Amino acid sequence: MTATTPPMIKMAAVNKHFGSLHVLRDVDLEVDRGQVVVVLGPSGSGKSTLCRTINRLEPIDQGTIEVDGAPLPAEGRELARLRADVGMVFQQFNLFAHKTVIENVTLGPIKVRKLGRSQAHETAMTLLDRVGITDQADKYPAQLSGGQQQRAAIARALAMRPKVMLFDEPTSALDPEMINEVLDVMVALADEGMTMLVITHEMGFARRAAHRVVFMSDGEIVEDAAPQEFFTAPRSDRARDFLGKILTH
Amino acid sequence: MQPVISFLGAVVGYFDPVIDNIGLFADAFLHTLEIVVYAAVGSLALGTVVAAFRVSPVSPLRWVGTSWVTVFRNCPLTVVLFFCAFGLPEIGINGAYFWFGVTGLVLYTSAFVSEAVRSGINSVSAGQAEAARAIGLTFRQSMGQVVFPQAFRTVVPPLGSVIIAMIKNSAIVGAFGVGNELFSVHATLVSARGLALIPVLLGVAAGYLIITLTGGALLGVLERKVAIAR
Repeated sequence: MTATTPPMIKMAAVNKHFGSLHVLRDVDLEVDRGQVVVVLGPSGSGKSTLCRTINRLEPIDQGTIEVDGAPLPAEGRELARLRADVGMVFQQFNLFAHKTVIENVTLGPIKVRKLGRSQAHETAMTLLDRVGITDQADKYPAQLSGGQQQRAAIARALAMRPKVMLFDEPTSALDPEMINEVLDVMVALADEGMTMLVITHEMGFARRAAHRVVFMSDGEIVEDAAPQEFFTAPRSDRARDFLGKILTH
Repeated sequence: MQPVISFLGAVVGYFDPVIDNIGLFADAFLHTLEIVVYAAVGSLALGTVVAAFRVSPVSPLRWVGTSWVTVFRNCPLTVVLFFCAFGLPEIGINGAYFWFGVTGLVLYTSAFVSEAVRSGINSVSAGQAEAARAIGLTFRQSMGQVVFPQAFRTVVPPLGSVIIAMIKNSAIVGAFGVGNELFSVHATLVSARGLALIPVLLGVAAGYLIITLTGGALLGVLERKVAIAR
């Protein structure tokens, strides 16, 4: 990586309001190629909104966001093209309920990337194999467990061959016994060098796979440090308070 | 036995105006069927587009959609039809009364179709559309591939009511001057030829019932089909 390559994600002085609520306050954040950044913070701190502004599911009020050196386009075809390059995994999976797993995974490649049906199908099966659910390919999302649905959703995002993956609390809606099967897939992805921004409460994942931990509170980025440093010696009171609450159990 | 036979004879005789003119009824029935089929196809297509406008991310399109619904849902059908028959020729659009009638029905009904379809769109969780956009589908693709197919299930019953109302509204097109339409049969037979009104109207009602009841039954089948598909 040379110094001239632009960061994969670059947010500068980003502000966002929901009515009178100031959800993002002057947020500056850069994620380099191949980096895994975990965003932590109490609920309502703006971390989910932060994640959703990067592919413009939430438009921002002020500031700039660049993905791979190009500023986010306004609503339209250009934006659709950008979103195809940015994979997103949602808390509630959001698999297309009227389509089978394999149809979920092939829809984007066929409609957006204009791949042939058989080629899209082949790639999709490889991805389903990678996330370990080939035998569920012809089932509908409602027939799958939460963990299987989330792994299918990861396969759907990967099928677009994204430059970067956004994870918006991917394990928060899962039963405890299913969390690890999803985290394993994410760790493998991180090991392969995928650029990832992960909103999560899984401290184990943050320790194991993250290059950086970003701590948010009240719409601000309060700390940005290596995981080891953040967990052992947080600098701010807010981070200490947060860690104290979640790590005591 | 005798009184029963003579009673039946009297009943059949009562419907002589219908039986003697069954050819006229049949023609008018087919003509009405033609009107409502065109109007159903047109209003379903147009209403779906208007509904898509109303949920579009582009605010001028939303404005057009909302205005469309406001105007056509709140104007009496008769007024819309008058505008079609007398207003359209004034701006240089000429054609047969048949098409003016169909156009008026389509404009008016599209507003109701749009609202039914929009309620269906709202029944699909926002996450579905977000996921569709997140993989790079355009607005049209995410509507066509993800939202509409799921909205369709919830929309079948209310759309059925809208279409049945449209079929009955088509009688106004007949009263209004599209000749040889089912409702206008009464004018031909009663006003012009002096036949009894009630049996003729009963014949007219039977004609509409054939269309609406068949339509309702088809909708029932469709509803069960889309329900099983899940």
